[in-house]
Amino acid sequence: MITVSVFMNNIGQRLLAALLMLSVLPQLSLASAADATADAIALLQAARPGGVGSVENQRAAAVLVQQGEAAVLPILQGFRKASPVGENWLRNAFEQIDSDLTAAKKTIPPKVLEGFIADVSNAPAARRLAYESLRRQDPAAEARLIPGLLLDPSPEFRRDAVALLVKEAAAVEGPAAIALYRKAFSGAVHEDQVKQISEALRKAGETVDISRHFGFVSSWMIAGPFDNREEKGFAVAYAPEAEITADGPDLAREYDGMDAKKVRWQAIETGDDFGVVDIAKQIENYKGSAMYASAVWNSSAAQTLQVRLGTPNAWKLWVNGKLVFEREEYHRSSQMDQYAVPISLQAGRNIIALKICQNEQTQDWAQKYQYQLRICDTTGAGVLPVTAAAATQTSGEVK
Amino acid sequence: MSRHIFRTTAAVCGLMMMSAASSHNSILSAGDWRQFRGNAADSVAAGESLPTDLSGSTIAWKTELPGRGLSGPIIVDNRVFVSASSGYSQDRLHVLCFDGGAGNKLWEREFQASGRTWTHEKMSNATPTMAADGQRVFAFFSSNDLICLDLEGRLLWYRGLGSEYPNASNSLGMSSSPVVVGSTVVVQVESDAEAFACGVDTVSGETRWTIERPRAANWTSPTILPATDKHPALVLLQSSKGVTAVDPETGTVAWQFDKGASTIPSATVIGGAVVIPSNGLTAVRPGESGLEQLWNSGNLSPATASPVAVDGLALVLNSSGVLNAGNMENGERLWQLRLRGPFSSTPIVANGYLYAFNEAGVAFVVRPEQDKGTVISELDLGETILCSPGVANGAIYVRSDQHLIKLASPR
Repeated sequence: MITVSVFMNNIGQRLLAALLMLSVLPQLSLASAADATADAIALLQAARPGGVGSVENQRAAAVLVQQGEAAVLPILQGFRKASPVGENWLRNAFEQIDSDLTAAKKTIPPKVLEGFIADVSNAPAARRLAYESLRRQDPAAEARLIPGLLLDPSPEFRRDAVALLVKEAAAVEGPAAIALYRKAFSGAVHEDQVKQISEALRKAGETVDISRHFGFVSSWMIAGPFDNREEKGFAVAYAPEAEITADGPDLAREYDGMDAKKVRWQAIETGDDFGVVDIAKQIENYKGSAMYASAVWNSSAAQTLQVRLGTPNAWKLWVNGKLVFEREEYHRSSQMDQYAVPISLQAGRNIIALKICQNEQTQDWAQKYQYQLRICDTTGAGVLPVTAAAATQTSGEVK
Repeated sequence: MSRHIFRTTAAVCGLMMMSAASSHNSILSAGDWRQFRGNAADSVAAGESLPTDLSGSTIAWKTELPGRGLSGPIIVDNRVFVSASSGYSQDRLHVLCFDGGAGNKLWEREFQASGRTWTHEKMSNATPTMAADGQRVFAFFSSNDLICLDLEGRLLWYRGLGSEYPNASNSLGMSSSPVVVGSTVVVQVESDAEAFACGVDTVSGETRWTIERPRAANWTSPTILPATDKHPALVLLQSSKGVTAVDPETGTVAWQFDKGASTIPSATVIGGAVVIPSNGLTAVRPGESGLEQLWNSGNLSPATASPVAVDGLALVLNSSGVLNAGNMENGERLWQLRLRGPFSSTPIVANGYLYAFNEAGVAFVVRPEQDKGTVISELDLGETILCSPGVANGAIYVRSDQHLIKLASPR
């Protein structure tokens, strides 16, 4: 078995040689150049956090930049398997080449870029990079390409396509406008665009389900309050926390809550467009308290999605009994999609559980006790659960 | 590859890379403004003579920026560097380089943020000001992405501190600007959920040291206590607890001031005294026998802008937009001058004058004297200005969300 360090050393040595040969032998064989490109891209794809290996990464980037236009497509393709740091190394190499070509009054062949953009299996960030390079040399590319990217895996392409449709809709009236707004709505993944489109549709008498569009979870079981005075309860695993397992809590149980209150799970629904569960209004703004919330989310398949959460309160998130993330911050604003947490869902029944903590701040702006949680894909497009029956069937099929 | 060939190759490559670096700038230029509040982080543009009669004709040029930002411009070898962020979620990070003379863009590089990018609408991901060591520039963002480029825009290293420390973020945004001391770039990343400071090797990008910091939201920036014959240069880390002086090479704590401090305006070092936004304003002097408090003044209370000093005066802008002048010897308030606030930008001092930019984009030139302050001229730039200016070669550079602007005497 080849260890990572040996692998890196071998690539590093080959890159050093490539850099030397590229500088002194402009007629280097195509095969050698391709090998050097592949080695350099492999190294940058694996760029590690912590600044480790930066000198080797600089050499690899230099190899790519020296190859110029020939390295453009491999660099863009390299995004697909690159680490986040690696993507930024590849991006910098691409931009250097693009700048060098521009300075030499040359361009990356538009057909290469357009072909790359058209292939949605390529990394969204790389396709966007290619598009922006193409648009600089061919401004007409926007009108040619963007309308076809409404449901694209890149949220930026979607946003542009939605904006074009909204502009078209604003220029017409009646059913034609509604049809265009409806089409725009289907691809919209950003709050501002969804609000703008919804407002226009509702003004025209249309019904719009924003909560469903974004995939907000609107039905919850909530138990509390538990003691969080002096913010000490965040770290305390109260009785419901011990029950946050893959099977979910026992919803029939009664607990000893804050100030000797007897606490039971209660059903809470929210009809808010943006899925806000307002504990302060719907239950009570118990100062210095913690609440537990649990929801069932039936998945059509085993899949990796995102929980996007907005809350001004401290929180913990569990999926199927596993703590996924926790954050102890109070009243530093609340926004939709404030946090994006990748989650792994199993086919069938999944338990999404939260702990939401309120502190004892007295300022007007520190009285919110709320959360909004949705399930979406990496573009931000809402994903809906399936029915319990379908989930049982799916789950059975997987087994 | 034989060992001999490998050694030769490595040597040639090393020479090539050294040559590439040295051909562009390995010597610090006297006219540089290398970080937030200048080379010494004291907002003083030493040796600079700037126009005092600001008017439309002192706008030398104005060039468009591709994104938002509160980060101030820095200047290295007459090149102006500034960061910006764009995109729906401010996740596109821009580093730009302009020619300080003509204002043309020399290059632009873009990166994808790896940490949390949401901020309060007044802030943006590009809030921290960049830093430089003369050969490299360091761009830092609210998302805690720390990016090192050479002066030609070649990436030298990339740190995604936002993904390395995923809880070290603030839902209102982070603003602390890095400082460079010797071969270490120091960043302060402090929030309610996680807080640390670290020293990063400017060449390799690897962490030299990390220390835990008080877990609380903090928007202040590190400052520098210059070396003396008694001690090496120290970096001063401020928080709600006070100020901690650390060795930039090792992170070792040299001393602490524990009487609390503001979490927005930052301390300034003036003639060896550390002027701290603490209980108003407090001046201390580190000595062999410990930290000596020189004075405290509740009448000198900086709001967002950090304190500055000129000719024996400590100057602070309070939350009402009033410029307060205190005696640097004893902290006694000497006079007040009402300007039109609010101010987010820290003023700069050059040739005995104070240059302050309010949030509405009005620049004030103030002549501070022992008994009064006088506004010499004003210029309305017509754009929101939240950044602290950069100064070099007789020019002031500021940025808005839309433009980078150079102010200089007409030729």
